Amino acid sequence: MPVLLPTDSLFILMLFGLGILLWRSLRQEHLRRPWRRVARNRAAMVSAVILLTYLFIALLDSIRIPASAAANGGASEAAAFIGEPVTLLDLALERLRGGQEKTYSAPLAVYAHAREMTRLPDGREIWANPRLRFGGGQLAHPEAEHGRDLFRLASHGLLAGLGVWLACLGLAALAVRPGRAGRLASLLAAWRGDTLPPWRAMALTVLMICLTVGLMGGLSQGYHVLGTGKVGEDVLYQGLKSIRTGVLIGTLTTVATLPLALVLGILAGYFRGWVDDLIQYLYTTLNSIPGVLLIAASMLVMQSYMARHEAEFASLATRADFRLLALCLILGLTSWTGLCRLLRAETLKLREMEYVQAARALGVGHGMILWRHILPNLFHLVLISVALDFSSLVLAEAVLSYVNIGVDPATESWGNMINSARLEMAREPIVWWSLATAFVFMFALVLPANLFADAVRDAFDPRRIE
Amino acid sequence: MIDYLIRRLLYALPLLLGINLLTFLLFFVVNTPDDMARMHLGQKHVTAEAVAKWKHERGYDQPLFWNEGGGGAERITRTIFYQKSLGLFLFRFGRSDAGSDIGADIAQRMWPSLAIAVPSLLAGLAVDISLALLLVFFRLTYLEFWGGTLCVALMSISTLFYIIGGQFLIGKLLRLTPISGYDDGWNAIRFVILPVAIGVIAGIGSGVRWYRTLFLEEVEKDYVRTARAKGLSETRVLFTHILKNAMIPILTGVVVVLPLLFTGSLITESFFAIPGLGSYTIDAINQQDFAIVRSMVFLGSVLYIIGLLLTDISYTLVDPRVRLS
Repeated sequence: MPVLLPTDSLFILMLFGLGILLWRSLRQEHLRRPWRRVARNRAAMVSAVILLTYLFIALLDSIRIPASAAANGGASEAAAFIGEPVTLLDLALERLRGGQEKTYSAPLAVYAHAREMTRLPDGREIWANPRLRFGGGQLAHPEAEHGRDLFRLASHGLLAGLGVWLACLGLAALAVRPGRAGRLASLLAAWRGDTLPPWRAMALTVLMICLTVGLMGGLSQGYHVLGTGKVGEDVLYQGLKSIRTGVLIGTLTTVATLPLALVLGILAGYFRGWVDDLIQYLYTTLNSIPGVLLIAASMLVMQSYMARHEAEFASLATRADFRLLALCLILGLTSWTGLCRLLRAETLKLREMEYVQAARALGVGHGMILWRHILPNLFHLVLISVALDFSSLVLAEAVLSYVNIGVDPATESWGNMINSARLEMAREPIVWWSLATAFVFMFALVLPANLFADAVRDAFDPRRIE
Repeated sequence: MIDYLIRRLLYALPLLLGINLLTFLLFFVVNTPDDMARMHLGQKHVTAEAVAKWKHERGYDQPLFWNEGGGGAERITRTIFYQKSLGLFLFRFGRSDAGSDIGADIAQRMWPSLAIAVPSLLAGLAVDISLALLLVFFRLTYLEFWGGTLCVALMSISTLFYIIGGQFLIGKLLRLTPISGYDDGWNAIRFVILPVAIGVIAGIGSGVRWYRTLFLEEVEKDYVRTARAKGLSETRVLFTHILKNAMIPILTGVVVVLPLLFTGSLITESFFAIPGLGSYTIDAINQQDFAIVRSMVFLGSVLYIIGLLLTDISYTLVDPRVRLS
């Protein structure tokens, strides 16, 4: 039976809601048209594939099973030792999680990064880089075998990735709905790249992802692909675990933002009068406070709340989880004002529309008008704002962690990785791999998110449509 | 004009009162002085006397809003709200929890902040606007497409990487400037160059994109077509006609942040060890000094509201069509 932390269940619920919303919007012609415009944008569709991969990893990392069951199934020493529920992602990355080293080691290294005194079997002491426990532990003569072993593992991994891709491609080809000219013709059209969603570009993206995963997976059978960190933890594992934190902050925050912005924005725009004045006052006040400072103040207050109720946050996981949730809520509470203002302005416009006037003349109640006539017509604004906010929230997480008002230091996050890697830059010889990993993982999420958000905005914003 | 300004200032009062009340609620009601004392003195082995002493030394041992014990006006004045929160309106920041005078700290630390923030803003504006104009000049060519894509890519990199990368490359590998630090007077220049350069580069992505949209909106307008029809060169159209007309939206963005330059940038200042208000705030957050954070929140809000006011005034200066009434 899976164990769910609050953020897990919220995240899964949110993905569910997102799916339903997407499905509904695809069934309505006036919304299908802008989606088609998004589908025509090749960069956006390639980005969507990458974003879905990130979402999938975050989802895997949000389904937890109790440690005992995991220990029985996977016979894992580490899980039983920690005694906390492990996620499906942890199980999949068992090898990375288990292969602890003593301290820093470079990517794919066989020897540790720093030298130390070691005693040889014959009693002599030498000052050298010691062998790693896990990285290249299978090699008897590292100097001679290292390159060949790397090549073997990498090629196996790449082949496996290619195989998975071909299998996916085969399944997809079987699932293709035969067009007027038959299945083969549709497939050929996809191959030439002249289908409406650019299937070929998307398939190639999937190929790249499969190959990357295969390469990393293959090499990680015997090495720390991206090196190890200060206490010998695998950097690739850290980077992968951080995906959940980043994605969660980017998505859950909107869960806090949306209800506030929607309810207050619609009320202000629809009822006007003193309701409008009050709500405008509220958001102008909040808006006047510099964002980072408001977040910092709220996080300080939250920390002191946690210190007061220490008993409720007994385990490390609940504490870190509560802090992540609180961060999302606080980010949401401080960032709803922009969307609220947009929604208010749009509602002001909508309420004067003829069909709304007609509904009112026919005696339709306020609630019904808001639900049937106003709310659905705000969909595009909400969608654009959610899409645009996602990437800035992921970036904000890193900055906030640096200021120590981000996620719990025990939570794996890119912000925490950067924060600790910053000090490693001063070491001699330089330890660059933690920083590089955080950079690549973040960049690979934020760039597609930006490209996709641009496409969504261009497609849904009526002002941008020629 | 004067009428309008007075009215705007009066509007600002309820806003400031709201901010004041909000920060007060956050720092004294949701999070009581007892909690603050415990966070500073430690959670476990702390006696009630120690907490009471800590609160008394900092003046936190009074009732929140209403003092039954006092007589006359003291019922209101001898409360935390009156002494700690309302004083902010007169810029009486009081003492930090560690005991230093916040007002004096701010007066001293705002100069290094300004030394970084003003050149960053000016250089950033110059670079962003010229690059954006360049992209608009080459619109509908490959250059625009790749320039736009490059901007998105630059935008997708966290500020932290720009800072760490810049410090490593320029400070450590090339040894052109010191990695971090600050000095008084003209000696400060060599410390200022790196943070300013990095600030400008980190802002290029979003800045250029923002100004480009502003310019593109103008490019479609009738007066631009007329200007071209008259036979003006494209550069002339861009620099005299479009740039002038895009001034209003540009000003909206810039004038608002002018007063906030005083408070500096949190991240930049702490990375480069610049003794400005940004690093002051960060230190306060890390030491959980609630008095400083409270003062900075209020100060930031006041400056923001002043910025909004300045924006309105600047409109009338740039665009003679705008009349404030």
